Amino acid sequence: MSYNATAKFLQRVLCKQPLGVRTYSVEATFPIKPIDTHKLENTPATEVQINKDDAISYYTKMQIIRRMELKADQLYKQKIIRGFCHLYDGQEACCAGIEASLTPKDDVITAYRAHGWAYIRGVPVCNILAELFGRKLGCAKGKGGSMHMYSKNFYGGNGIVGAQVPLGAGIAFAHKYRNSDTVTVACYGDGAANQGQIFESFNMSQLWKLPAIFVCENNRYGMGTSVERASASTDYFTRGDYIPGLRVDGMDVLAVREATRFAKEHAVKEGPILMELVTYRYHGHSMSDPGTSYRTRDEVKEIRQNLDPIMNFREKIISAGFVTKQDVATIDAEVKQHVENETAKALASTEPDFDQIACDIYVTDTPLSIRSCNIYNQLHHQPSV
Amino acid sequence: MALIKCLNASRGVLRSVGARYLSATSQKHAPTEMYVRDALNSAMDEEMNRDDTVFLMGEEVAQYDGAYKVSRGLWRKYGDQRVIDTPITESGFAGMAVGAAMAGLRPICEFMTFNFSMQAIDQVINSAAKSHYMSGGMVTVPVVFRGPNGAAAGVAAQHSQCFAAWYGHCPGLKVVSPFNSEDCRGLLKAAIRDPNPVVFLENELMYGTAFPVSDEAMSEDFLIEIGKAKVERVGKHVTLVSHSRPVGQCLEAAEQLASEGIDCEVINLRSIRPLDIETVQQSVMKTNHLISVEGGWPMFGIGSEVCAQIMEGPAFDYLDAPAIRVTGADIPMPYAQVLEDGALPGVKDIILSVKKTLHIQPITESA
Repeated sequence: MSYNATAKFLQRVLCKQPLGVRTYSVEATFPIKPIDTHKLENTPATEVQINKDDAISYYTKMQIIRRMELKADQLYKQKIIRGFCHLYDGQEACCAGIEASLTPKDDVITAYRAHGWAYIRGVPVCNILAELFGRKLGCAKGKGGSMHMYSKNFYGGNGIVGAQVPLGAGIAFAHKYRNSDTVTVACYGDGAANQGQIFESFNMSQLWKLPAIFVCENNRYGMGTSVERASASTDYFTRGDYIPGLRVDGMDVLAVREATRFAKEHAVKEGPILMELVTYRYHGHSMSDPGTSYRTRDEVKEIRQNLDPIMNFREKIISAGFVTKQDVATIDAEVKQHVENETAKALASTEPDFDQIACDIYVTDTPLSIRSCNIYNQLHHQPSV
Repeated sequence: MALIKCLNASRGVLRSVGARYLSATSQKHAPTEMYVRDALNSAMDEEMNRDDTVFLMGEEVAQYDGAYKVSRGLWRKYGDQRVIDTPITESGFAGMAVGAAMAGLRPICEFMTFNFSMQAIDQVINSAAKSHYMSGGMVTVPVVFRGPNGAAAGVAAQHSQCFAAWYGHCPGLKVVSPFNSEDCRGLLKAAIRDPNPVVFLENELMYGTAFPVSDEAMSEDFLIEIGKAKVERVGKHVTLVSHSRPVGQCLEAAEQLASEGIDCEVINLRSIRPLDIETVQQSVMKTNHLISVEGGWPMFGIGSEVCAQIMEGPAFDYLDAPAIRVTGADIPMPYAQVLEDGALPGVKDIILSVKKTLHIQPITESA
């Protein structure tokens, strides 16, 4: 599960020089929507700089996530993916923007809408899709599924709403214990924001000044319940009370990047900070939710047309002169092909061997015998590698 | 009083709990004797000294020296970074312990009693127990959840539940239930060194009991294998299998029965999961009679599991009578002394069950 496959692909895209096209700009400055703050004296910048390579990288990665999620939608409908499948399309700027201000040594944990996060933290598309298909090539060997994908410095992928936040605070605790200058990003949604254990995490993180960035990805609906119907206060960035907060346009990758840069600085020096990213999911809560019973099709359409993070960023990078329309079309085609290739690889992978069923329950030096469904056949737990 | 009663119920060398220890860390009453409390304390002390990723967190563990003084002296020795007082937020701090373990530290997370672990049980089961499997082996969770389990004295219904069966039910966890000081030392050290999540069920009524400990048990590298039971008393007429404090009651019952010519074999399970059914099978194949004894409720409990596994295995053919269980009564724990006495198994329940099983008293005769 390394960066290699993606890095190679990006390198190809970045180095490609389309015939007859010249781009001269290497850096540009963009304004970002003002970031609301809570209990902060300093604020993030209102203008951000970006260079061409980063711009193309963010665009490409967001587009890969978009394509991958749409591919998952397609394959779910073909019954190749089963069970739960919570898609991230519309929210790409959140993970891409945050990752842009993190290092590989910072840690991230999120809930179950995790495919985009798994990708941005280094899991190749084929390993994500193979996990969704329940195949050997899956990043959790096919044993976790959609909600349980992990990577180095990425702790999933967690199915119980809100439970990942205390886990994230614990990871931040470990960073502090070791005196490192790294942060832990713990994501949760607007639905989880009312969970008691989140407030317990806020309390301990602030008490012990843990280097934690709590990120509320507010996509305005907790399953079928809008924020107004679930929360007495929908100003999620203030809900940390004594913990300072930021409310950021989660559809703008540059705003998210800048806010994260600011938040990381705060978290390492002062302690926890809360970042609310106002975003939107095009799909319903999961593949079994059409997403139209609690919101209008017009609302979804309007957001797609006006606030789409990828479309808006595309316009920015073209206007900055980093790329032309043709360049972008080429990138899009490459991304499409990449996802197709990765899908094919994942589909070609077989299901796990049955003898894997009782492995990885424990860390063990010796083989273990595990009860099966009847007393006449035993399952076998191999020693850990 | 209740405390004296509990002392009487334990075999081994008994000492008054009035004795107070004012100095820090590792305590021994006499060179070859150790209180259960001090066994736990010394185990944590030695493991924290050996490995600086080991730390202790929980309510009152630091500056109060532990609600039951089990962590006495550790904060003074190791300081704020290694011994941490948490707010009264089990769900949050148990989750944090799991997260810290995932990130490579070795937390000991104390629940003041396991009753409070219900607030955090999602983190113990869904985050700790299952993560290694769900991640295909990538994530490890070397956390120990420890604290007193089961009944104390006069603490009524919400503070008296035994959780051995609940946690023992779940694959991915190891669950351990020590009886004496040697068990506590060896099993807690093993639990802390174990790369898997371990639920370590202590017993508050045992903290003030001293037991003889071998020289071997005093060594810093003394470990007891998790998943292996111990035959505490060899016998030939009936097998008594138990865990935690009731092991002491079995030993006491065995002594009384010995004077009547009935020879009991007493097995101390030590571990709930993995359950060492082989030791029980070996014993039953010799004695032909099985009685399980536990403090927890009867339905779906430890005894249920032992009996079911005996039925399924080779020892069944050796039974001369149905395997039966002695358990807590199927009631919420009452407060009044006379009622509480009837809620928990006593030596008399064990003796009655042995005699009935061995047909020493006719079945129709009432107890």
